[in-house]
Amino acid sequence: MKFAVVVFPGSNCDHDAYHAAKDVLREDAELIWHKDTSLKGADVVILPGGFAHGDYLRTGAIARFSPIMQEVKAFAAAGGPVLGICNGFQILLEAGLLPGAMLRNRSLHFRCEHVHVRVEQTDTPFTAAATPRQVLRIPIAHGEGNYYAEPEVIERLERNRQVVFRYVTASGEETDAANPNGSVHNIAGITNDARNVVGLMPHPERACELAVGSADGLVVFQSALKALALAPATVSAAVSVLEK
Amino acid sequence: MTEPITDAVLERHGLTREEYQRILDIMGRTPTITELGIFSVMWSEHCSYKSSRVHLKTLPTTGPRVLQGPGENAGAVDIGDGLAAVFKIESHNHPSFIEPYQGAATGVGGIIRDIFTMGARPIALLNSLRFGSLDEPLVRRTMAGVVAGIAGYGNSIGIPTVGGEIAFDESYTGNPLVNVFCLGISRADEIIKGTASGVGNAVYYVGAKTGRDGIHGATMASAEFDDKSAEKRPAVQVGDPFMEKLLLEACLEVMKTDALVGIQDMGAAGLTCSTCEMGARGGAGVEIDVALVPQRETGMTPYEIMLSESQERMLLVVKKGREAEVERIFEKWDLHAVRIGEVTPDNRMRVKDHGVVVAEIPNRALTDEAPVYRRPTAEPAYLAEARALNLAELGTPGAARDVFTRLLASPTIASKRWVYTQYDHMVRTNTLVLPGMGAGVVRVKGTARALALSTDCNGRFVYLDPYRGAQLAVAEASRNVACAGGQPIGATNCLNFANPQRPEIMWQFAQAVQGMGDACRTLGIPITGGNVSLYNETDGKGVLPTPVLGVVGLIEHADRVVRRTFRSAGDAVILLGENRHELGGSEYLKVMHGLIRGEVPSLDLAREAALQQLLVDGAAAGIIRSAHDCAEGGLAVTLAECSFDSSQGVDVDVQGVGAPAAWRDVATLFGEAASRVVVSVSPEHVERVLAMAAAATVPAARIGVVGGDRIRVSVEGVRVLDEPLAAMEQIWSTAIEGYFERRLAVA
Repeated sequence: MKFAVVVFPGSNCDHDAYHAAKDVLREDAELIWHKDTSLKGADVVILPGGFAHGDYLRTGAIARFSPIMQEVKAFAAAGGPVLGICNGFQILLEAGLLPGAMLRNRSLHFRCEHVHVRVEQTDTPFTAAATPRQVLRIPIAHGEGNYYAEPEVIERLERNRQVVFRYVTASGEETDAANPNGSVHNIAGITNDARNVVGLMPHPERACELAVGSADGLVVFQSALKALALAPATVSAAVSVLEK
Repeated sequence: MTEPITDAVLERHGLTREEYQRILDIMGRTPTITELGIFSVMWSEHCSYKSSRVHLKTLPTTGPRVLQGPGENAGAVDIGDGLAAVFKIESHNHPSFIEPYQGAATGVGGIIRDIFTMGARPIALLNSLRFGSLDEPLVRRTMAGVVAGIAGYGNSIGIPTVGGEIAFDESYTGNPLVNVFCLGISRADEIIKGTASGVGNAVYYVGAKTGRDGIHGATMASAEFDDKSAEKRPAVQVGDPFMEKLLLEACLEVMKTDALVGIQDMGAAGLTCSTCEMGARGGAGVEIDVALVPQRETGMTPYEIMLSESQERMLLVVKKGREAEVERIFEKWDLHAVRIGEVTPDNRMRVKDHGVVVAEIPNRALTDEAPVYRRPTAEPAYLAEARALNLAELGTPGAARDVFTRLLASPTIASKRWVYTQYDHMVRTNTLVLPGMGAGVVRVKGTARALALSTDCNGRFVYLDPYRGAQLAVAEASRNVACAGGQPIGATNCLNFANPQRPEIMWQFAQAVQGMGDACRTLGIPITGGNVSLYNETDGKGVLPTPVLGVVGLIEHADRVVRRTFRSAGDAVILLGENRHELGGSEYLKVMHGLIRGEVPSLDLAREAALQQLLVDGAAAGIIRSAHDCAEGGLAVTLAECSFDSSQGVDVDVQGVGAPAAWRDVATLFGEAASRVVVSVSPEHVERVLAMAAAATVPAARIGVVGGDRIRVSVEGVRVLDEPLAAMEQIWSTAIEGYFERRLAVA
């Protein structure tokens, strides 16, 4: 299986996502420059963390205009699995592939630390290998991860089971103290209506080896393998299986 | 451009009459104002090291692993597998006081450029910070700004900040110290130099456009502060980490092509420094035309363009015929590389403006032939009194419990969590030891190895005894990497002192450099480069002398890294080294009595070396489960720090030290004797570790056991400390954020 990791000029977790896919999972992976116009046959697309164009404007606001984003949109529209991590999540919001927006953390500080997130839904290509309500210990590293959407949007996300990850305590309880940035409903990650595009603020690619403190993030990547293994060959076929 | 060179003009440029006479002798004519500006920045203390050079020459800089010593943009040591660790520390003290956020941010930007300029991919940052008392609103503002600036730059560019240290003392109130360390990895045989050679080769400028910011920044950093310092704010530059990220990636890509002759960043003294230094190193001349330099403001004079310290700019010399290839790579990253001149055969720096020569100076006059001063030194008058410590005059020492809780809440000792959670310390997924857990440790992907990194200096010790204090800084920094299992293989220093024109300051400097050199020689640690920051004083009051040492340690097996925290209940606690009655210069005296006094702890470098080797061997053998060195706060604080973040209490019983008897407990618990490390070992390995220590002639004693939910310390069978772990950890982990939350509550 082949992972495409999109490289914007200010991406800085591109190598980490590539390392997780290539060196830890031992799958095929390729870095795709943001000015490219082809995803080069990838089965899964990852928009990695970083500061795509410096993000002096809104995070991700310029990245959505990069040539590769046309391909990413088409890939997503065809049902291909797309994962946005941190800045990648912010770009998915700006590109309209996921609803909502990011505010600055309520502490007004950048925060980097391990947090706990609970897997709320297992019928997405990035949680298929997780157990329902599994608690993962994964790092965050962001200044603008305070997820916000209008109440009716939040209501729809909840009703459609589109909240995929939530900040919780180590024992899996959703508390305000466990919320590192002030996100509405402790939301750490969401999916789209078709459930093939997932964005999350925590960094699963930083938690794929015990040597660096946690391997809980591996399940996100293993999920992609599992989801695609359910159906052979083409992405659309794989995703159509998922949708049933 | 024919402004007459009056005394006022010279003073504005920080040049003395004697120095001006020297310029006249070199030039054989009156310099133009542009030339005078160029001399002034290149001969500034910051660029020329004119006061420090005679002393720095005595430092040990060679060794079997050294690939690059001082003189280039950074030093480099061989770490095996055909790889080199490229590293350096640099100060950004003066700008960080005037404008904390940008001052600190551009300090990070500058040191990162120094590393990737050598062809190395930066993988780790550390910073060594000093601030005044957090009770002062000004200090809190400065610290909040500095931390945010370091975070803003390092996080954006994607290089993890994995460690460092922070200490507090009133002397730093108006002169914070911001020392930033960066380490990168390159192929050992692909290190790139900052050199210009090959007559006719093109000289390229790439990066941000040149503006009027930072003009005379190097000169500002070469003078003390007074109440007008805020007016110097325009001399502080503004950072653009995204531009730096583009430069980093583009330059590393260009370097893979072998199309470059040399490259240098434009840091202090900007285009001036890079032009003449590259020429001097390559034994060639460099000719540029400032009219070709990309400018973001209109009407800039050659003087302003040459002296601007706008950030994120690089100067490159490209091999003839390879220009298009290099330009293409920069275009890919939306950067525009501009040809602004070429290499000439005449060893001169020639600056033109629209083809008209506006400055022409022999390179070496600006670099190697800059003035060198052997400034007068005199033992400071304060020393005799400060070293005398009569404990009897201090009254009673205070109950151990009260001292313990006060020390845990002291910002110098308390957890720095409020700071390091603002830094991205995990990006690049190499961080094996998180900040606050001992030396910073990063693995070297593609190898079995890891690197342990530590920066240290206790300014109080250096104040009381510059020679031994500097030796203690070397011992502590190298001991910290040894605790993690790292063999110290190289170091970089950042020497922060007050005004060198005062003989007592120069004496501190000379003594400290000698102490640092002697200690590094004995421990076999070459110093491959660094930075000197003088004039850290405001209105005549200087900082504590603070020669920071950053040490790089090599860990052969990344999976055998040792951290500070206890691991399992039942493990034995062993004290390596011996307790002594040494309270001089301690955090105890400072916090409880407001004193910086006494004789600093003694140091036997041979014993220190044996201790460090024991730690490295024990880690490699996989029999040391945790290790933490005794520093500020002494044995009691060290034991507590081993328990914090581990959920394991501790119970020990130790021999008391020395007279007078009333001070025995305090001296035993909180004395700061050097060369001591608390390790924990599983019970079946105790005899082996003790035998290894005996063979190495390192004193070692099994003092207790890990476990429980309390911190218990007895002295010769009598329990003097028995505190709940959770409550102590709460005090320690929230003390610093408490200062900032209080501030928010007021605001």
